[in-house]
Amino acid sequence: MNRIITTLFTIFIIQLLVVNKTLSNEGEVKDCFEKLNRATFALNMGLDKVIFKPISKGYRKLPSPIRTGTGNALNNLSNLITIPNNILQGDFGSAVNNSARLLINTTLGIAGIFDPANSFGFEKRGKEDFGQTLGVMGVGEGCYLVLPVLGPTTIRDTVGSFVAMNGGDVWHNITVRDDEEYVKEFKESDYWASRVTSGVDFRAKNLEAFDAMEKNSVDLYATVRSLYLQDRKKKINNSSEKTEAMEDGDWDTLENQ
Amino acid sequence: MKILKNVFISILILFFLTNNSWSKSPSEFISTLSIEASNILSSKLSDDEKIVRLKEIGEQSVDIKGVGLYTLGKYRKALTDSQKKQYEELFKDYFLKSFSGRLVAYTDAKIAVLSEEIKNEKYTIVYSKLIGTSERPEVKIDWRVYTKDPENPLIRDLVIEGLSLARTQKEEFNSIIANNGGNVEALFDSLNKFLEN
Repeated sequence: MNRIITTLFTIFIIQLLVVNKTLSNEGEVKDCFEKLNRATFALNMGLDKVIFKPISKGYRKLPSPIRTGTGNALNNLSNLITIPNNILQGDFGSAVNNSARLLINTTLGIAGIFDPANSFGFEKRGKEDFGQTLGVMGVGEGCYLVLPVLGPTTIRDTVGSFVAMNGGDVWHNITVRDDEEYVKEFKESDYWASRVTSGVDFRAKNLEAFDAMEKNSVDLYATVRSLYLQDRKKKINNSSEKTEAMEDGDWDTLENQ
Repeated sequence: MKILKNVFISILILFFLTNNSWSKSPSEFISTLSIEASNILSSKLSDDEKIVRLKEIGEQSVDIKGVGLYTLGKYRKALTDSQKKQYEELFKDYFLKSFSGRLVAYTDAKIAVLSEEIKNEKYTIVYSKLIGTSERPEVKIDWRVYTKDPENPLIRDLVIEGLSLARTQKEEFNSIIANNGGNVEALFDSLNKFLEN
């Protein structure tokens, strides 16, 4: 039964991706389920107001070294998903760099709390995931989605998360899937604790920016959607050095009017 | 003869000094502007006073009319002359309120200009970073400076960590118009509501 559901789900996803890739007008936002997405977004905003924002405010009151150490440890853990994706994207230099970082920071850096790898010349690089790898391989982003609690995503990024949850994420494997032949010390709760802490850490770092955005937007849903899609595009293009957003032909059409 | 030579050199120096102050490079323009804004934000002025000062800066340094037209995207061409005039006024008020409202939360904003890249005669990109604090990580900010009139450079976009504020604004406005059957008046209503609050 599970196999049938998985197969049907995969066919559905591929159809959506292919159809959207074919019909997509580059630059247009593909919000195929906008009504449902807006309802989910409203639910998420309610949850944020009641749960995540107060927790993030509390987290911000922790001493700075504790927050920095937590952020470092979470970053270190994310290498477990970044490294295989570096390899899949053919970026072997980053794979070596991130592997060295993982090794040094997990041992000398005490489970990643400190970042001695930086002093050894292995600098921090961008995170990668399976959604980005699919993007690098040329898969279109598909429709925009808002998932309950998890927030904004696209069909492509959902497929990426699906891959991670089904063997692609080593941290998920040793905690939730219980691959005991590798490591026995971790439990499922460790995985969810790391995911929740990661969300709170991100929210806490962006408290003012979120507040300002909420206060000054005329359509907050559309603002968040735009920022998410731009951010994913930037990450897939690995365009941290030069600004992709500057390559916008619409400025030129403005000149000609 | 010596007097003539001295006069000539003095005139030459004066010319270079004044000419330099006329045509400020985009980097210098952003640097001066950032220092000015940072001084206002870190001052002991009340939030309302800071907002007034920030609005003055915004009005002088941003191409509000150009940004406003850009943010309409494909709906720009459908505007009648009277709608265009109404929109320009509305957008200016909206922009200045939104711009100052977003900035006023930052009391310790210090920007370091890193470099500039001349894209063409109309645009130069200035690369900078917002210095990180214990509360906030370092943030990359790129400025699209409109240099068609080199003596009066104007900002057209801010790209924060690769995310364009102008593009975000355009997609926000376009969403409102699209969800109301392509009627730009719906955007005007939203902007009026925002300004009333």
